[in-house]
Amino acid sequence: MSTSVEAAREAPAPTRPVKQPLSDRAKAERRLGLWLAGPAFVIMLAVTAYPILLALWESLFKYRLTAPADREFVGLGNYATILSDGLFWRDLGVTVLITVITVVVELILGFALALVMNSALKAVRGWLRTAILVPYGIITVVSAFAWFYAFDINSGYINSWFSWVPGIDADLNWFADTWTALFVIMASEIWKTTPFISLLLLAGLAQVPGELTEAAEVDGATWWQRMSKVIIPNMKAAIMVAVLFRALDAFRIFDNVYIMTNGAYGTEVLSLLAYRTSITRLEIGMGSAVSVLLFVCVIIICFIAIKLFKVDLTGARGGN
Amino acid sequence: MKSSPTKRRWIWGIISVLVILYALFPVASIFATSFKLPSDLTSGTFLPNTWSTTNYEQILVGDAQGLFLSALRNSIGICLIATFVAVILATLCAYAIARLDFPGKRLVLTTALGVSIFPVISIVTPLFNLWRNIGLYDTWLGLIIPYLSLTLPISIWTLAAFFRQIPWELEQAAQVDGATTWQAFRKAIVPLAAPGVFTTAIIAFFIAWNDFVYGISLTSTEAARPVPAALAFFTGASQFEEPTGAISAAAIIVTIPVVVLVLAFQRQIVSGLTQGAVKG
Repeated sequence: MSTSVEAAREAPAPTRPVKQPLSDRAKAERRLGLWLAGPAFVIMLAVTAYPILLALWESLFKYRLTAPADREFVGLGNYATILSDGLFWRDLGVTVLITVITVVVELILGFALALVMNSALKAVRGWLRTAILVPYGIITVVSAFAWFYAFDINSGYINSWFSWVPGIDADLNWFADTWTALFVIMASEIWKTTPFISLLLLAGLAQVPGELTEAAEVDGATWWQRMSKVIIPNMKAAIMVAVLFRALDAFRIFDNVYIMTNGAYGTEVLSLLAYRTSITRLEIGMGSAVSVLLFVCVIIICFIAIKLFKVDLTGARGGN
Repeated sequence: MKSSPTKRRWIWGIISVLVILYALFPVASIFATSFKLPSDLTSGTFLPNTWSTTNYEQILVGDAQGLFLSALRNSIGICLIATFVAVILATLCAYAIARLDFPGKRLVLTTALGVSIFPVISIVTPLFNLWRNIGLYDTWLGLIIPYLSLTLPISIWTLAAFFRQIPWELEQAAQVDGATTWQAFRKAIVPLAAPGVFTTAIIAFFIAWNDFVYGISLTSTEAARPVPAALAFFTGASQFEEPTGAISAAAIIVTIPVVVLVLAFQRQIVSGLTQGAVKG
């Protein structure tokens, strides 16, 4: 916490009134700072801002890579086509659904895991942490295959294990129906990314002042009262950051869907639509427009988060 | 709350086993699959009936060798270079942010944040076309550059958080004691900063290693295709055979080094991740 306060104090150099001329030493320091931070800054802009501007430009053309000569300026025509196509809205719906469900489940599960790690006996704490980090370290594609093979009608064992559950039998093809396929996709997404959220929440838990919880306990507050009145309100910043980052991440979901269904049976998400349009079908203009729309959606999510939850992104990252 | 210590031990034991099962089960699942014989793959059991290393032989010395080993080489090379470049640039940048007074500090951090929330697929479409035009498509450099958009922001955030905690006065103290600027920096600051830089490198490497979208979109052959993309394009020993076993074996091989790294450096990774994300 102290670090962030310090950072906030020294951060906004440009807004400080520069009345007295800077000393040579201060000038040298500024120059050195710019030289050291400059390259990273320029590269970050070059690898993101430049491509997105390019996408913005290319989205204004009717442009297929297979017929480059037919390149033709259509203005916002591509956007009109996409926005009037039901497929786009269905994919957007699926993406939003996946985002909302995974984030909610991950928040609950991640919080439970954080509580377990926080109050576990010393002897097992290290083990739990280590185990929790394994899903984080695994490649998403590998986790997608693990879940896919477990549920797959040919190679899977889930059907025979859970045949006692009504609706599950040897013939259940999980990946041939929208809802069952989405279930497995979301389960693997949740498994893979919950560790990240629970580590963030664990750090948030550590920042809750111990005296407060102890005082509440002495005053006879129940476990639930301590949770809802003391601990959770004190972790608000950490929870907001976790939710926002996971939401943005979930909205970009790609790997799991690509591996498990490749978008078949109504499981296509926006990222996959963009990928399919530009890289599979080589419709660069149309694909660029989808990419730009996806980018706009992400900005809208950020904007909502900032307005609704009053998260100052840079400040929130800086603790309470 | 008043339960006896032994009872508490039991409860915690059970909870811990459940959590560990949750975390490791999918890994165990693909591990078991990787040792199944082709005939065993459809048996519907969790464990193989006979444990066999056929799948590993197929990808390491057999007919899928070319595909897998070249992908492994590409992944290791590309991710190491992308990590190295990102960590060097981020170290300079984070040092400046933590230590020096210059205009635009906040702008650099905000940009890093903006880049890290950028949807990868939005960059891939224009890069796909651009890389084809300038000859970077399906090359190592063609992946290293976009990987910087993944590794740079998190490196800057994590390192800035680390560097802010270093007591920089040590450096001045060393200078007062007669060390030159460079000596003071090397002897007093570098040993304190090194663990943070190392942790950041591991986290950045994980993130690059995990990439899939750039991998499948910006490569087309074994020249640059990294492991995750290669897994998705694997075909079986014959056209009509599902490559389930080979993919599982390959998945285990690329998972082991990562899991070993996680086990070895778990403490640093946890502190690095949470400091970068929560404290900043």
